[in-house]
Amino acid sequence: MKLIIVDYNSGNISSVINSFREVAQNKVNIEVTSDLNKIKSSDKVILPGQGSFKSCVEALNSINGLVDSLNEFAISNKKPLLGICVGLQMFANIGYEETETKGLGWIAGKVSKIDNQNGKYKLPHIGWNQINITKESKLFRNIQNNSHMYFVHSYEFIPVDKNVVSATIDYSSNIVCAVEKENIFGTQFHPEKSDKIGLKIIDNFINL
Amino acid sequence: MLKNRIIPCLDVKNGRVVKGINFVDLKDAGDPVEQAQIYSDSGADEICFLDITASNENRDTIYDVVKKTSKKCFVPLTVGGGVKSVEDINKLLNCGADKVSINTAAVQNAAVVLDSSKKFGSQCIVVAIDAKKNGNKWEVFTHGGRNNSGIDAMEYAKKMEDSGAGELLVTSMDRDGTQVGYDIDLMSKISSIVNIPVIASGGVGNLDHLVDGIKLGKASAVLAASIFHYGKHSVKEAKEYLDSKGIPVRI
Repeated sequence: MKLIIVDYNSGNISSVINSFREVAQNKVNIEVTSDLNKIKSSDKVILPGQGSFKSCVEALNSINGLVDSLNEFAISNKKPLLGICVGLQMFANIGYEETETKGLGWIAGKVSKIDNQNGKYKLPHIGWNQINITKESKLFRNIQNNSHMYFVHSYEFIPVDKNVVSATIDYSSNIVCAVEKENIFGTQFHPEKSDKIGLKIIDNFINL
Repeated sequence: MLKNRIIPCLDVKNGRVVKGINFVDLKDAGDPVEQAQIYSDSGADEICFLDITASNENRDTIYDVVKKTSKKCFVPLTVGGGVKSVEDINKLLNCGADKVSINTAAVQNAAVVLDSSKKFGSQCIVVAIDAKKNGNKWEVFTHGGRNNSGIDAMEYAKKMEDSGAGELLVTSMDRDGTQVGYDIDLMSKISSIVNIPVIASGGVGNLDHLVDGIKLGKASAVLAASIFHYGKHSVKEAKEYLDSKGIPVRI
C-alpha cells in the first residue's frame, strides 16, 4: 500500500510524519510529497494543516494542480483521505479565519471561531479533551468512547448535514471533532500527538 | 471537558538533562530522549525542553535531541531556550518540536512573535515570561533571569497575546527553585487579563502546589521540573492527586 502525506508548506508536519512512520513501520510505503502523479496513484492520502484556514488554502492553491489532484483522488475516485486539524476544516465551503476564504467544498459547511462566551473559555482550545463518539466509524474501531485526544485550535467546523459528524467534544458548546463522509475522514484533534490512543486511530486509518 | 495539563520540564545543556536551583548549581541527570519517554509513559500531557546551553558552538545539540525525541514521543513537545529568530523556530519545528517557546527575543523584538505566529500559526508559539516582583508589580526579566527589562509583566502579557502568542508560560523568578509553591498572585492576575491559556511555572515543591496553581492561580496547565525529575513524585501520582482534589485531568 502507498500512503501520501501531502506536503504543501502548511506548517509543521514532522509529528504527522513521525507518527505514521512509527505505526506503519515497514509495512506501508509512506511518502511526503506534493507530486501530483504520486498523489493520484496512491492508495491513501493524509491532508495535514496548521496555521490559519486562509494560509492553508492559499498554500494548497499555490501548488499548480494540487486541488484538482486531491479532488480526483477523494471525490472522483473515492479513495480514503484523512484531514487533520485545518486539513479537516478545509473540507468546508467557506472559512472565516482572518478573512472569508473558500475551502475545498467537500462537505457542506463553514468554519467559524469558537464562541468563548465573553472570555469564559480560553482560546485557543489547547489540551486534552474527551471525545464523544456519535456514530460508528471505522476510524474509531477499538477506541473507547470518552477517550482523550489532544487539541489545539480556535476555529470549529460546522457542517450542514449533522450525519457526517462522527464525534464531538464539549468546549463552550458541542464542537465537531471528527467527521466521516463515505471515503473522507477528518479529525479536528491531532492523533499524531494523542499518545497511544492517537496512534491507534492512525493504525485504523492505515488498515481501513 | 478540557483537562488541566501537567507538563514536566527538562532543562537540557549540551544535549544532557540538568536542573538548577535558581538557575545555578546544575546537576547532570540523564539522557533527554529517555527521560521524555519515561514522562510520556507515565501520563505527561506534554513535555517541555528548556535548552540552557550557553556556548554558541554547542547550540546545535538541541536540534539532535528534539529530532530523536520526536520520533519516540507522541505527546506534544515544547522546546525553548535561546530561540532568537523565526529561522530558529522553523528549525526546531522541522526537527519535530510541536511548539516553541520564546523568551528574551520576544522582549527585545515583539515582531518575532508576530511574524512567527503568522507564519506557523499561534498554536505553536509560546511566550515565556520570567517575572520578578518589585513593590506591587512584576517586572519582566530576560537572559535566563539575569537582566531586568523594567517592563511591567501585565502589560507585556497582554501585548504578547495581541502579537499572536498561543500560550504564555509564566515563571516566577522569586519562586523558581525554592520549592515553596507558585506565585499565585502573579499567575491569577495574568490569567485573568489574557484570554489565552497560561502555564504556571517556578516554585513547585509538592503536589498541593500543583493544585493551587490551577485552583487559585487559574492556570490551564502546570509545569514542574524537580519534583518529577528526582523521583519525588511521578507524573501519574500527581495526576491522581489532582483528580482526588476535583481537578479534571487526563487519566
